[in-house]
Amino acid sequence: MGELKLMKGNEALAEAAIRAGADGYFGYPITPQSEVIEYLMAEKPWERTGMVVLQAESEVASINMLYGGGGTGKKVMTSSSSPGISLMQEGISYLAGAEIPCVVVNVVRGGPGLGDIQPSQSDYFQSVKGGGHGDYRLPTLAPSSVQEMSDFVPVAFDLAFKYRTPVLIVSDGLIGQMMEKVELFDPIPRWTDEEIVEMHPWATNGKPKGGERRIMTSLYLDPHVLEEHNYKLQRKYAEITKNEVRYELLDAEDADYLFVAYGSSSRIAQKSVKLAREKGIKVGLLRIISLWPFASEIINEFTEKGIKGFLSVEMSAGQMVEDIKLAVNGRTKVEHFGRLGGVIHSPEEVLEALEQKLIGG
Amino acid sequence: MAELSVQEIIKPENLVYQKTKLMTDKALSYCPGCGHGTAHRITMEVIEELGKENDTIGIAPVGCSVLAYEFMNVDMQEASHGRAPAVATAIKRLWPNKVVFSYQGDGDLAAIGTAETIHACNRGENIVMIFINNGIYGMTGGQMAPTTMIGMKTSTSPFGRDVALHGHPLKITELVAQLPGTRFVTRHSVHTPAAARKTKRAIKKAFEAQIAGVQGTAFIEIVSNCNSGWKMTPIDSNNWMAENMFPFYPIGDIKVDGKLIEK
Repeated sequence: MGELKLMKGNEALAEAAIRAGADGYFGYPITPQSEVIEYLMAEKPWERTGMVVLQAESEVASINMLYGGGGTGKKVMTSSSSPGISLMQEGISYLAGAEIPCVVVNVVRGGPGLGDIQPSQSDYFQSVKGGGHGDYRLPTLAPSSVQEMSDFVPVAFDLAFKYRTPVLIVSDGLIGQMMEKVELFDPIPRWTDEEIVEMHPWATNGKPKGGERRIMTSLYLDPHVLEEHNYKLQRKYAEITKNEVRYELLDAEDADYLFVAYGSSSRIAQKSVKLAREKGIKVGLLRIISLWPFASEIINEFTEKGIKGFLSVEMSAGQMVEDIKLAVNGRTKVEHFGRLGGVIHSPEEVLEALEQKLIGG
Repeated sequence: MAELSVQEIIKPENLVYQKTKLMTDKALSYCPGCGHGTAHRITMEVIEELGKENDTIGIAPVGCSVLAYEFMNVDMQEASHGRAPAVATAIKRLWPNKVVFSYQGDGDLAAIGTAETIHACNRGENIVMIFINNGIYGMTGGQMAPTTMIGMKTSTSPFGRDVALHGHPLKITELVAQLPGTRFVTRHSVHTPAAARKTKRAIKKAFEAQIAGVQGTAFIEIVSNCNSGWKMTPIDSNNWMAENMFPFYPIGDIKVDGKLIEK
């Protein structure tokens, strides 16, 4: 059993970065995730593990620091909240194009614009449909507890290096701010410089003696060469889609209906399942863990088995619901329910939406 | 003096000069007459002379020198527009024993990347920043740069830079010299062999301090020509530069060993 602590989600994430053997964290304060860099600066991981922590001048600088650090084969991470993540999108596109591994955490708040500082899930499109320019995808993990804020950090680093890609962790202000019990995993030692040179021959950390220089770039001026590069990226994304779909089912075996939710909304929907079952309504929960690649296959299986409908529960105007509809392809009912602008729906509201939009509809 | 045959001339013992092996054989993408090629070469000669070929990481910008990584034969990263100092910051902090430099033009360093430039210098990042100032956006076809001289015609200041319309040319080198994080701030040119040799000495001094672990940012501006963007012959452009740019961007050290030079 690992060390047990009562922590905020943001603190658990910061502690997990140190324990995951991260080499560097570069970030800029923004509510509701500033505890990440506050925790790191107070914890002084440079004394614990040698990890570098730097408060950058902007989110634009932070994401480009990840480009530099990740491009040398080091484990680097940043975190921010919605407006800051918007600022990073150009950099994320370059990271995807240059195939540089890193971890980017979005503790989502209400938008658009400056919005507010309350929890929201309105950055789904930004996270999984591109965000920045060009044909790219990002493996995206959605924690639904403080425990997962910790557990998903090493998973994200593994994915980042396995596929040489930036990886997103999409949380929200609720998971970031709330305190829960968390079992911390045992520290993973940082890679030594020698291990990095050995493991990542692509990385630009000094030309090997007698070898060729390495280049980190996303520039391919010849369109045919750029097309080849894009095909290579697409093959990688196909591989990720095949291997890295993550989801969880609750009370789904006998279900007539399924809630589909992630993050905070999935915690609320759990309670809605309980309330519905007490009323004799057979509903289950499909909790989406990887927003991309999306759990289209399991949705297809439930559709084939004759499920009566899916209710997408998101704190947004309905974004993930589009991916559910794509998987269902018109074969059964798909509806959306969610509050907007940082308002958190209640379990009762979710159940009521199920009754009105699917059962009664 | 007896005439040497070609075969004799190319014998190793008769060679008096050779291209540094840290420049690739790829033909430069720069216009004939442009200063970038010389600036590249002297930078790479310094890395070779210091024996740091296998320990150097360079950062290329967006601008005319976007393809610097095609010519500089060391590990290189191509940064997004203006962000080379942020990229270099992370690399140096994560690999403090490696040699890290950024190479940027005026639009990249002094317009879109001003924040990254100022903050890297103000933190005193232990990197060498090489700044090519030719007062114009060459790659995109000759638009006004932050360093374009007053009255100078470009495609976005077709009647000449007018302060009321476009603002003043930015002396970012004098600006970063004021920051406590900079250790060595100097301005040079590469338009004559003598100037190129002086610039090379400054670049070498900057890298030597980084290798010795002396803390502080080294910032080297190279005032250069853009004969195609300025619509002049290479010789005319260098003469114009000396007559018009050097009075506004004076050549010489601005800050040495962390101390501003009294003028």
